[in-house]
Amino acid sequence: MSETTFKIQRFNPEKEKEPHFQEFKLEIQKGATLLDCLNQIKWTQDGTLTFRMSCRSAICGSCAVRANGHAVLACKTQASSLTRNDQVTIQPLGNMEIIKDLAVDLTEFWKKVEAVKPWLMPDEKETLVFERTQSIEEFLKIDRASTCIMCSSCYSDCCSMAVDKSFLGPTALTKAQRFVEDSRDKETISRIKELSEDAGIWDCTHCSECSQRCPTEAKPLDRIVSLRTVALNNGVTNNNGARHAKTFVKSIKSSGILNENTIPVGSMGFFNIPGLLSLIPVGIRMFLKGKNPPLIHHPMEELDDVKRIFKKFEKK
Amino acid sequence: MKYALYTGCVAKGAGRELLTSTYALAGKLGIELVELKNVSCCGAGVITEDNPELADTLNARTFAIAEEMGLEILNICGTCQGVMKKAQAHLDKDEKYKNKINETLKEGGHEYKGTVQIKHLLTVLSEDFGLSSLRSKVTVALDGLKVAPFYGCYLLRPFELSDFDDPDNPTEMEVLIETLGGTSIDYEGKLKCCGFPYLMMKKKESITMAGNHIASAKKEGADCMVTPCPLCHLSLDPYQPESAKEIGQELDIPVLHLPQLVGLAMGLKPKELGMQKHIISTKKLTDKIGC
Repeated sequence: MSETTFKIQRFNPEKEKEPHFQEFKLEIQKGATLLDCLNQIKWTQDGTLTFRMSCRSAICGSCAVRANGHAVLACKTQASSLTRNDQVTIQPLGNMEIIKDLAVDLTEFWKKVEAVKPWLMPDEKETLVFERTQSIEEFLKIDRASTCIMCSSCYSDCCSMAVDKSFLGPTALTKAQRFVEDSRDKETISRIKELSEDAGIWDCTHCSECSQRCPTEAKPLDRIVSLRTVALNNGVTNNNGARHAKTFVKSIKSSGILNENTIPVGSMGFFNIPGLLSLIPVGIRMFLKGKNPPLIHHPMEELDDVKRIFKKFEKK
Repeated sequence: MKYALYTGCVAKGAGRELLTSTYALAGKLGIELVELKNVSCCGAGVITEDNPELADTLNARTFAIAEEMGLEILNICGTCQGVMKKAQAHLDKDEKYKNKINETLKEGGHEYKGTVQIKHLLTVLSEDFGLSSLRSKVTVALDGLKVAPFYGCYLLRPFELSDFDDPDNPTEMEVLIETLGGTSIDYEGKLKCCGFPYLMMKKKESITMAGNHIASAKKEGADCMVTPCPLCHLSLDPYQPESAKEIGQELDIPVLHLPQLVGLAMGLKPKELGMQKHIISTKKLTDKIGC
């Protein structure tokens, strides 16, 4: 069996200015996980290599690292699946400060989870005969979110987080969905109002990185979409994100295809003068190149059938 | 070769040069396109937020119409492709759900049977038309041109719906670029989000995201970027001056639509491909390959 080169990012902020890579050679044993390999390296080659681990069974969420640029749970990933030309690159999770080597500072991560009030807030005045029960359908709405193991893989690879550290992020929002859509919780509206504020549910770009890196069935993007549906269905729409969604749907309902000219004012709001003014340079630039959407918007053919479908859903 | 062309909204709106270049390229390659004019927007992942079943119904209607024509759907927008594949997966995995949606379609005279194939132009060129056929038609080889492929989220993720063999390490665009004689470059932003979906909500963050990716392509020496998604193009091209200002770095990297890059290699003129409509001038790159 040939040796694999593990190119591992090392960093001790107390002694070094910048992180650097160190190479370790290891023969990957059949069936070995990435965590097995990291342990082998630590035990037999360099005891100072630092990383988190605990259960080795993909349930504690401690051992997430980035392999070849993407977050993985080390104990759930076969090392052989990561090698490219007999090499694998290991780095600490992204979007967080490094404590040492592969261990990152999770303080902000946990603060954001706490910020969504991750506990049940039922109607305390309710007279209970036995306990608060749920139907299977009600339970299934929160079942997926409940599988989150807080490994922060999604948080690490979130593209929105990379440019805005204030974003609540996929883990906290997944946790939020677990309570917003819990039939026993009575704070749905106040929760969704808070989550609709800046740095909340509308600050996600749909890039799907979170769901892709999630090692469980929690799939954060689906949970975020679900939260947005709750916001729209409950009229919590006084923000750019919800206004954008409403304007988009209205445009399709009226002409079958998107009238891009309606989006800026619809999304930003008619009275958002600074926001709209900021779009003037790009608008002029596009107009001069003939890149603006047609001034007269042509609806799709057979629009009546699409309008009929929209009407049917309104009735529902 | 004949396909039902799903144009998507952008190719009829702010990115009409995508449609122009698609028709020009199809004409050159002898691919027949029948434009679907009686179908709605795919929803771009937004309608599904308002009502998931409504979004799936609208897409099922599109699929049914293509099935009635007996043609495969050809997408020229990465987002449309990803959204449609998702809708198709919802319909195909749940017979009861599919039947419920077909009940709604029935009044309009349509039924989604589940036979339609949904393909992006990238796959049609690489697999259906074939790389060797494409190579034989190259008249202006993109010699020396360094091209940075920008995939866009929807063709990559979720993996199970992607047409690529290894969406974390895709080679489809790279192989196509090399087939045309160009040099494909690897760079940090290649598989990342362009930021377009929240451009109207979080402009500063969105243009920073785009700016970082363009800068990473420039750092690796790119002459231009190429994307199979017009939403990515809208983020990377028209807003590039804002992106450059936001990240405090000169960028000036032209961003081509996929059929424009292929079209150039097939001997089509920049004007026939609508390249005069770009905000970032494409002249430097067309001069470099001599067309």
